[in-house]
Amino acid sequence: MSYLDILTIGPELILVLFCLVSLLVGSFYDSIKTSGFIFLLTIGILILIAILIYISPYKTIPAFGGAFIRDAFATYFQITILISVVALLVLSKDYLIKYDLLKFEYPILIAFATLGMLVVVSSENLLVLYLGIEIQSLSLYVIAAFRRDNVRSTEAGLKYFVLGSLSSGLMLFGASLIYGSTGSIEFKEIFIAISSDGFLLGIMAGLVFLISGLAFKASAVPFHMWTPDVYEGSPTPVTGFFATAPKVAAIAILLRVLFDCFGSAVESWQQVIIVLSFCSMFLGSIAAIGQKNIKRLMAFSSIGHVGFALIGVACATEEGVAAVLIYMVLYVIMNIGVFAFILNMEREGVAVTSIESLSLYSEVSQGQAFFLTILLFSLAGIPPLVGFFGKFYIFSAAINSGLIWLAVSGGIASVVAAFYYLRIVYLMYFGAKKELLTGNMPFTHWLLLIVTATLMLVGTINLFGLEGPARVAAVSLLN
Amino acid sequence: MIAIQHFLTLSSMLFLIGVFGIFLNRKNIIILLMSIELILLAVNINFVSFSYFLDDLVGQVFTLFILTVAAAEAAIGLAILVCFFRNKGSISVEDVNVMKG
Repeated sequence: MSYLDILTIGPELILVLFCLVSLLVGSFYDSIKTSGFIFLLTIGILILIAILIYISPYKTIPAFGGAFIRDAFATYFQITILISVVALLVLSKDYLIKYDLLKFEYPILIAFATLGMLVVVSSENLLVLYLGIEIQSLSLYVIAAFRRDNVRSTEAGLKYFVLGSLSSGLMLFGASLIYGSTGSIEFKEIFIAISSDGFLLGIMAGLVFLISGLAFKASAVPFHMWTPDVYEGSPTPVTGFFATAPKVAAIAILLRVLFDCFGSAVESWQQVIIVLSFCSMFLGSIAAIGQKNIKRLMAFSSIGHVGFALIGVACATEEGVAAVLIYMVLYVIMNIGVFAFILNMEREGVAVTSIESLSLYSEVSQGQAFFLTILLFSLAGIPPLVGFFGKFYIFSAAINSGLIWLAVSGGIASVVAAFYYLRIVYLMYFGAKKELLTGNMPFTHWLLLIVTATLMLVGTINLFGLEGPARVAAVSLLN
Repeated sequence: MIAIQHFLTLSSMLFLIGVFGIFLNRKNIIILLMSIELILLAVNINFVSFSYFLDDLVGQVFTLFILTVAAAEAAIGLAILVCFFRNKGSISVEDVNVMKG
């Protein structure tokens, strides 16, 4: 371990120290005041870390003997994750205060989960990958059960815990088989072993287990069963958090493992990813139609979007990877906007999550209904908006690499999915007359809703310059 | 002579027992936790035996990390279970059903 290694993981180290110190401070001075303070401090530290990662000069050189690397790919995903976490923290504060959930553990657990995601995205070694995933998941289990006097929330935590641990077990079993067949846990060594010795049966079995473990984390069908229940049961800000950063991290790990370890044996995993992607797209769009709860709806929507992102992974080309990178960022922005709205659905001080309750929302607040409509159109992928371009990049990458039927079925799935997004819009403007929602919205939520919706419109010009960094990141992953 | 196949058979069997324990068990959530431990220990056997036969220490280091994380995981699982029990008054698998799915 050298001085340079420490400098390379500097931002993560700052986050670890911050988490530990604030945990101590929080447990000694437990009051609503310290909780609020730690909350603001966490936001500040996460922004600081995003800046540090952006300007960090220690890129391309692997640290700790090749166990950790912050290449352009890792930087891209780390900054995406940090921005989405900060946005979700900003959003959750008012909700937590209103429902008396503002405890100092909340920001610290989120910070720990973020730490896990940062580590996992830049791992170059199965052990670091495993530890990163566990730091992330263990914190997420606890946050899911954060409203601990509520049966739904604890049940969500319990389900997430059992299925999440099962997925870690599957992933580890795969890792052990890969270690046994190649003799190393370093991605680079595994890559070399596969190129020289060929694709042994043990590696094949290990790869299948590893992919199924990671697909659990990304909630791709058929490993999605936990998603709707966990999304419905968790407190709403936590649901918003689940729908953004961990999804991005899961897709990033999948890309990292598939290309860094198994980049020379594409045909061995391409079929698996195609099946996962196909099933996720269709289940995500069809099962969402019958949902009555907007949080469950968002769960199925996220399953569907993971399916679209996996099309890009299945392409196994530079263009496909770049398309996935762009798609995940757009997905995160749209979700932040939608959750800024969902967090404020309430009637007489009680949170409401049924879709029916949105009927005639345009009479409550013309502005909110309008901006939400833009976001939903964008999620559905309707042409002038940015969401369409995300799908367009994915589909054109698929067509260029010969997966035409997958692109076509993706198009069909997105048309089906458009139905349930548009149903919300229909209800908001032409729904039946019912008891209306209150429709108050704190300033920060308004701001984020307007900003994300505006980005959906303005981004059509040049996708906020995302394409350049995404290409650079894709190139750094594939080489 | 005990060869690597024997170790692999043992660990795969333990792994399968763990996985089936999670899906077939309809009684008690504690049994789920035990099944999860079984899965992780099967993985440990795999790692240690590979490490021995490859003459490489990395597998054993990996095992130590898995043991540590497994302990943390069990602690968190039990903590969530206790919260659930306080709300629901039961730890039967059939009672984890407030939300369909």
